[in-house]
Amino acid sequence: MKDRKRIKRLNPLRAYFPIFVLPTLAAFIIGFLYPFIRGIYLSFCTFRTTSDAKWVGLDNYIKAFNDEGFFHAFWYTALFTLVSVIVINVFAFMVAYVLTRGIRGSNTFRTVFFMPNLIGGIVLGYIWQMIFDGILRNYGTSIVLDSRFGFWGLIILMAWQQIGYMMIIYIAGLQSVPEELNEAAKIDGANGWQVLKHITIPTVMPSITICTFLTLTNSFKLFDQNLALTNGAPIAFTAEGAIKQTEMIALNIYNTFYTNANWRGVGQAKAVLFFILVAAIALIQLRFTRKREVQQ
Amino acid sequence: MRRILSLILAVMLVALCFASCGSTDSNAEAGSVFYLNFKPEQDEQWQALAKKYQEATGIKTTVVTAAEGTYESTLTAEMDKSDPPTLFQVNGPVGLANWQDYCYDLSKSDVYKELKSDDFALKGANGEVYGVAYVIETYGIIYNKTILQKYFDAEWSTIKSIDKLNNFDALSTVVSEIQAHKSDLGVDGAFTSAGMDSSSDWRFKTHLANMAIYYEYLADGIGKTDAIKGTYLENYKKIWDLYINYATCKPTDLASKTGTDAETEFKSGKAVFYQNGTWAYGSAAYDEATGLGLKDDEFGMLPIYMGVEGEENLGLCTGSENYWCVNAKADEADIKATLDFLKWVVTDDAGTSALANDMGFVIPFKNAKEASNPLVKIANDYVTAGKTSVSWNFPTIPSEDWKNGVGAALTQYAAGTGSWDDVKLAFVDGWAREYKKANG
Repeated sequence: MKDRKRIKRLNPLRAYFPIFVLPTLAAFIIGFLYPFIRGIYLSFCTFRTTSDAKWVGLDNYIKAFNDEGFFHAFWYTALFTLVSVIVINVFAFMVAYVLTRGIRGSNTFRTVFFMPNLIGGIVLGYIWQMIFDGILRNYGTSIVLDSRFGFWGLIILMAWQQIGYMMIIYIAGLQSVPEELNEAAKIDGANGWQVLKHITIPTVMPSITICTFLTLTNSFKLFDQNLALTNGAPIAFTAEGAIKQTEMIALNIYNTFYTNANWRGVGQAKAVLFFILVAAIALIQLRFTRKREVQQ
Repeated sequence: MRRILSLILAVMLVALCFASCGSTDSNAEAGSVFYLNFKPEQDEQWQALAKKYQEATGIKTTVVTAAEGTYESTLTAEMDKSDPPTLFQVNGPVGLANWQDYCYDLSKSDVYKELKSDDFALKGANGEVYGVAYVIETYGIIYNKTILQKYFDAEWSTIKSIDKLNNFDALSTVVSEIQAHKSDLGVDGAFTSAGMDSSSDWRFKTHLANMAIYYEYLADGIGKTDAIKGTYLENYKKIWDLYINYATCKPTDLASKTGTDAETEFKSGKAVFYQNGTWAYGSAAYDEATGLGLKDDEFGMLPIYMGVEGEENLGLCTGSENYWCVNAKADEADIKATLDFLKWVVTDDAGTSALANDMGFVIPFKNAKEASNPLVKIANDYVTAGKTSVSWNFPTIPSEDWKNGVGAALTQYAAGTGSWDDVKLAFVDGWAREYKKANG
């Protein structure tokens, strides 16, 4: 009975705390925390199956750092990310801006632009491979034969898929710009460009933060589209090694893990390095754009 | 009280989750069989056979088939689960090196004793039997007899009978003449497209590459190597040039051509030659529904000639890259159930006829039934005629990445964006590098 008294004093949310949090917590531990810690442990091991690992220390990390293909994949991914973040955000903002001007059929356009997002990455990759090859075949080449085609092909694919999604976020941001601010600026004699620069962009800064964050991490972690579109082809051959020209980091890790059973630990080590990298970039980026947000 | 209640509820919820995930079936004493099948084209037949076995014996028998090209990753994932496959396969010595710890020693098993010859067993260093080959396959250049006969009968042809078509120069002549008169024969080209899409590239980066590896091993008297020299790369180039230049499409189109493209071209009589193996019979045979395909007596098969001395005596490429292994880390009862299942498959009438007729396999077991596959008969004829069979040496290829490298180099060479030197680099340097990676 003593218990009951104590509970009465607690707020009901706290009384039911375990019931709400436990399932999610369990799922989080099973689905994320445990695999994550296990993954870090495995990066120091040599193994065939994950339940049967042998400790080897830093060996895997040394091999990973000596892998030329990994570095190529890193720079390729960095370049891809840079270009795709700019392209996707600029176009998404433009589309959102146009579609909030109150032109007729805005809703239809929004739906159409959003649709590509509903298709899975592998399917998209194969479809676009057919489209690109259909065009390139007329010129006696293919997307898997020239790394420039592979690069720009992937940019086009990702832009096509992601612009619609980012557009929705930008539209939400643009619609929350207070009408009074716009009006006041116009009365003060600001032209369209000035309104955009001094009123609209600063107020939609939270949307810009979210969108750059999403496109940045999406591009960095890109896997399925890369796998389906070119799978790393073409390969450049030198006496030192064979470098897959359009292989991004995630695909490089996957290939390291599966094409050579002796290198599974190395793949795991690369994955840990990759996590640190993505986390660091995302944190820096978040801090950077946060500073520019305007509190309303 | 309430707090305790809520805790209990929450715990129950979680427990429920676990229980539903990890529910195991009964009948643990009798054991069960779980076969992770490698060949997607035979999935249906394996499912049917497993069902038959389960009905006959009451032993739970499951067959799961990995999607094309994902066997290794599927196996890795499945092996980690609480109910791992009890029966899986490796592709030969290189595959065995990866999975040896999981392979049960079959030397005392019935399935091993049923083997016709020890050649079909995959052995460990101390004579342990880790794998048993269950299908012997043969590949070469399949041809359409009807169209080739038209060529022989034509006024303009140089070669007049199949007996004369017994070396690279003859093949080269035939192919170039067919290509020059393709409209007379109603074909689009001599060869089907040598597609380098992943559904088809293994025909060239693995099977065709085997020819060059075979000759080198033969010349050096070895069975495996840590560094290949590429002695026969020029011959590899010769036959590859033929494939890409006398085909149904331009060499620049090959990068995106698929296995189905080649199959359709061959089936619809748009090409005469088609490099593939006994397993291709099912998909190329006459199909009443579509009216496409070859009748059984229209199939012919040639050895892969590439201009090596004495190749008039060459036979087809025969071997296996499919070895059954029993999971040594499975439960005792499951291992026993699996061994019983294997024995049933290779000795019981239901098993052997399913393998021979439904799956079209030639199996290296004593009770094997003769397969109805005409390509198998052709392969046997070559052996009877005393031709030298080419062994399958590609299971000694150090890694999957070696094949991918050679495949990409061949594609780039065909398209003109790369040179033959790339193929050399991928073939020779790639071998040493991948060998070191896989063994170091």
